[in-house]
Amino acid sequence: MKKIVAMLMALLMLGCCAMAEEAAPAVEAKSEGVMTYAEYAAAAIDDPVVIECYVQATQSWWDNKITVYAADSEGAYFLYELACSQEDAAKLVPGTKIKVTGYKGAWAEEVEVMDGTFEFVEGCNGYIAEPVDLTAVLGTEDLINYQNQLAIFKGMTVKAIEFKNGEPGDDIYVTLTYNGADYSFCVERYLTGPETEVYAVVSALQAGDVVDVTGFVYWYNGVNTHITAVVPAK
Amino acid sequence: MKTKRAFLALLLCTCLLLTGCHGAQERDAFRLPAVFDETRTYEITFWAKTESNVTQANIYKKAIEDFQKIYPNIKVNLKLYTDYGRIYQDVITNIATDSTPNVCITYPDHIATYLTGDNCVVPLDSIFTDENYGLGGREVRFDAPTYGEMIPEFLEECVLAGRTYAVPYMRSTEVCYVNKTYVEKLGYTLPDVLTWDFIWEVSEAALQKGEDGNYLVNGQPTLIPFIYKSTDNMMIQLLRQMGAGYSTEDGQVLIFNDDTRQVLKTVAEHVSSGAFSTFKISSYPANWLNAGQCIFAIDSTAGSTWMGSDAPLIDIDADKMVDFETVVMMVPQVDPEHPQMISQGPSICVFNKADPQEVLASWLFVQFLLTNDVQIAYASTEGYVPVTTKAQQSPAYRDYLSRRGEDNNLYYPVKLDATMLLLEHVDDTFTTPVFNGSASLRDAAGQMIEEVAKSVRRKRAVDDAYIDDLYKKMVNLYRLDQITVKGSSGPVQKKELGPLPGIAVALLAGLAVVWLGIIVYVAADWLKGKRMTGKK
Repeated sequence: MKKIVAMLMALLMLGCCAMAEEAAPAVEAKSEGVMTYAEYAAAAIDDPVVIECYVQATQSWWDNKITVYAADSEGAYFLYELACSQEDAAKLVPGTKIKVTGYKGAWAEEVEVMDGTFEFVEGCNGYIAEPVDLTAVLGTEDLINYQNQLAIFKGMTVKAIEFKNGEPGDDIYVTLTYNGADYSFCVERYLTGPETEVYAVVSALQAGDVVDVTGFVYWYNGVNTHITAVVPAK
Repeated sequence: MKTKRAFLALLLCTCLLLTGCHGAQERDAFRLPAVFDETRTYEITFWAKTESNVTQANIYKKAIEDFQKIYPNIKVNLKLYTDYGRIYQDVITNIATDSTPNVCITYPDHIATYLTGDNCVVPLDSIFTDENYGLGGREVRFDAPTYGEMIPEFLEECVLAGRTYAVPYMRSTEVCYVNKTYVEKLGYTLPDVLTWDFIWEVSEAALQKGEDGNYLVNGQPTLIPFIYKSTDNMMIQLLRQMGAGYSTEDGQVLIFNDDTRQVLKTVAEHVSSGAFSTFKISSYPANWLNAGQCIFAIDSTAGSTWMGSDAPLIDIDADKMVDFETVVMMVPQVDPEHPQMISQGPSICVFNKADPQEVLASWLFVQFLLTNDVQIAYASTEGYVPVTTKAQQSPAYRDYLSRRGEDNNLYYPVKLDATMLLLEHVDDTFTTPVFNGSASLRDAAGQMIEEVAKSVRRKRAVDDAYIDDLYKKMVNLYRLDQITVKGSSGPVQKKELGPLPGIAVALLAGLAVVWLGIIVYVAADWLKGKRMTGKK
């Protein structure tokens, strides 16, 4: 009898789990009329685009606009100056799903959604991307295929730290080397300002330090990753 | 009787409450103290802007250091911005919370908005000529310029509604940085003065491609022959050169006219062909110019150190730089015989505070920014010119100008050429009228070009119907129908603002009822008194 009851309970639990999975839409589920990442990537510059994605981070809200780093499980997006009220900006926390309508653009080689508007997509599970290790991709033509994704670069050696305007407060330009080549990184003050831990950590880096760097693979006339975390190399 | 008095008291309280709602942030007008109290210490804030140029930031820091040596009781805290727009927005936010900086780098258009706060910005006219603390006054402890040594045209730009609310700090204009090598490769010779027709013609000619798909002129797959950094200036200068309407001095908006329509159609034509783009769409003209992917790059003289094959400041990989001859020319003209170009550059305003001594300390610091050392050092960082004759005519500055090309840093030829061009054409510069809303009008002027350019790229037809809609959109977006226009006979008139909101109508009606009640009560009281007197 006990065995039968146990089996019944196990079956019930499995059924419940299956139902729960059905109730929570998969990360990739897109609404009707929404592009997949592949369709977005294939769209030409200046084409209208409609995407659904998950907020990964935001720059500071300003003048009824907000710039968002977003992703889904297939790729990542840079949503430049979305029209946004201050009230809505507060709701754009990491994991939030939004539907964005705008135009595909490219500015200094950074592919982005311009002139976008958005709406919240309710009733969805959040999605936070895990950083993808792109250390081996540095310096290759393949790197641009990961544009805007959260990535980690391991074992990078600090070559130079330069504060915009010569002192803390604004962006920090970081030059890191790997396998003898230099790469430009940036602490973008509107993403991680002087009050953040990463700003303090980067400010204190010394030439020769070896670090693992996490950030969004942003482009400014070449790769210029926006740093979100730095730790000593393991 | 008690009921009547209670009613009257209630009416009066209501009246006071209603009138008291207005002007919560009002402050008394600044009065210059007779003596600067040096027994006290002062801490003032200075919001400044740099062009992402560390040297400029260092000049500000050195100026503060030097100033504090002379006035050790005044501590200046510097906050640096790289964007005038951000300063503007932050100041507006801080006016509301009564936490403006003491001193701020700004544009007169912006000050016009700041002035909506009562006595928020200090008018400087009477201070300029104060014999003790005015410009070069006898109690000023450093060699400041006198009022007569301020260049009057530049000072005039800081006058709003008949009062001077700022001092000029630096002046610049826009110029066209030309890849002369490519122009000649295309079979053209640069004229003495660029015209719009010439630029459009060469830009279109440059679009020819070879069999390999690359542009013939640069052998690359990428080329935008003509890029404009500030499209607001593009529109403003074009309209001025055409003799077309922009705005009146008193704030009447004239920009939505047929000349503007023609400008927009021309822009559309050349965006469509690929001959023209803007900074907002395609990024910095300097980067395209230096990579050999642009022939005409229009930007401020204050951006000259980023321009050209040997530019001391670069923003692209060195291996993308291309060798070519850079020529600095006036912005293109409609009538080359009568060139006209914008005068721009930062000014400095002083914000009013509860403590007049603190304001005086701020004013002393502002004067220090006008001294020769600061003026010449800062002007030399870019294609700026100093705003005082004292600095411009000084041996140090004349020496600086005479050393063009000695190196590619301080004496970078492109920078010196840009500076000389402005110095030689100060009489050909102009500014636009300043009023509350002029900053928005300027934004709209540029935004129309941006909208047209983006629409063409997005395959929308730019025709008369489109432009009609665009005009309406700009009016709404920038609230250009809500600009206060000063009347010709003194008092300020409001343009059509639509019907009053319901709550305002209710308040006004309440006020009317209150006053009516007061009058009725007083009249009744008077009549009653008269009757009583008659009875006696």
